[in-house]
Amino acid sequence: MPGFDKVVDSYETALEGIADNMTIIVGGFGLCGIPQNLIEEVARRGTKNLTAVSNNCGVDRWGLGVLLKNKQISRAISSYVGENKEFERQYLEGELELMLTPQGTLAEKMRAGGAGIPAFYTATGYGTIVADGKDVREFNGKKYILEESITGDFALVHAKVADRYGNCIYNATAQNFNPAAATSGKITVVEAEEIVKPGSLDPAQIHTPGIYVQRVVQATAEKRIEFRTVTEA
Amino acid sequence: MSLTREQMAERVAHELKDGYYVNLGIGIPTLVANYIPDDIQVILQSENGLLGMGPFPTEDNVDPDMINAGKQTVTAATGASIFSSTESFAMIRGGHVDFTVLGAFEVDIHGNIASWMIPGKLVKGMGGAMDLVAGADDIIVTMMHADKHGNSKLLSDCTLPLTGAGCISKVLTDLAYLEIRDSAFVLRETAPGVSISEIEQKTEGALIVPGDVIEMHFD
Repeated sequence: MPGFDKVVDSYETALEGIADNMTIIVGGFGLCGIPQNLIEEVARRGTKNLTAVSNNCGVDRWGLGVLLKNKQISRAISSYVGENKEFERQYLEGELELMLTPQGTLAEKMRAGGAGIPAFYTATGYGTIVADGKDVREFNGKKYILEESITGDFALVHAKVADRYGNCIYNATAQNFNPAAATSGKITVVEAEEIVKPGSLDPAQIHTPGIYVQRVVQATAEKRIEFRTVTEA
Repeated sequence: MSLTREQMAERVAHELKDGYYVNLGIGIPTLVANYIPDDIQVILQSENGLLGMGPFPTEDNVDPDMINAGKQTVTAATGASIFSSTESFAMIRGGHVDFTVLGAFEVDIHGNIASWMIPGKLVKGMGGAMDLVAGADDIIVTMMHADKHGNSKLLSDCTLPLTGAGCISKVLTDLAYLEIRDSAFVLRETAPGVSISEIEQKTEGALIVPGDVIEMHFD
């Protein structure tokens, strides 16, 4: 019996059960904090017709751009998809469905989905095309639109450190969408740069409690930078 | 003379007050960080989950895990905090950010803003802009007054898909600083050497010119 030990020793095992037509929720902002190894495993498996929920959709040949290139994604729910020529091409040629979603609404859809809240009202998008077809209600004199939450068949997450029970800590701004994504997958898989024994982490410093996490696997991919900006020393 | 991008950033920086938490959008708004007056302290919020954005790192300190909302490598300023996207937008949507600076394609006399989509061209997405305009009380929009053919971007009604409705009350263009109230643009300041008649000519939406319009001054 492994008890709460969630560490698996291969990417094949990490994504066991992923299948065509599923929804995957993917952490990261730009290329920062993306689960690159897990994305590459989805690519290797050739899983098709996926709905990908992620703030961005990678760049050409990195991040979710890898799955776009392979035409494994048929529907994307994102807030910003610039910096990706292949995305542009597939979208303009009608190969890809895109649901542009305001960034805060996207984060809240994941958070609420993971918290068992099916929908919520927000002022974001009121009076714009984002509100088309959505219920509008007034609270205290201000108008809000009803947004439905999102859950995924799988959530793919990148952490700096995870213990074997799945407790996760993220590094710097690589946190971004990862904690919300982690809560909203039926099966949440964490690739961690470092895997430690339970008890090694300060319980009060955990970002994602292990209850949200089903599998943990060792991350090995390099971390890329989208725009390297520096000042003189 | 119309304002340069740097002068626009400098003028916007005059609106900052000591103790403000500030979100700066991409483009000219980002430059505002270079003109924060020495005698005040502000903290910059970056929507990807950083409160207390510092300068770009030196080559030795570049960290792929440390970026801003424009996906540029940055540092954390003294006293910064880092958190999730959910937390970041709770701050923005909950009205906790004091001041927001955004670019735009068009604004109109109703306080509507269009900044994220030009139909028929590539759609990149709204990112956090719709959340920012819905959540912030105090927003200033920085934009060109007219396109290169002289067509006004300060309109009776926006023609492009909106980012937010009825949420904008301050606009700084390369020609003028204006407020939006009572379904009109109210001219407050002109760029140095720019005539009121030029501003009138390049403002399609209703324009009110009070008697006390002042000319901006730059050192």
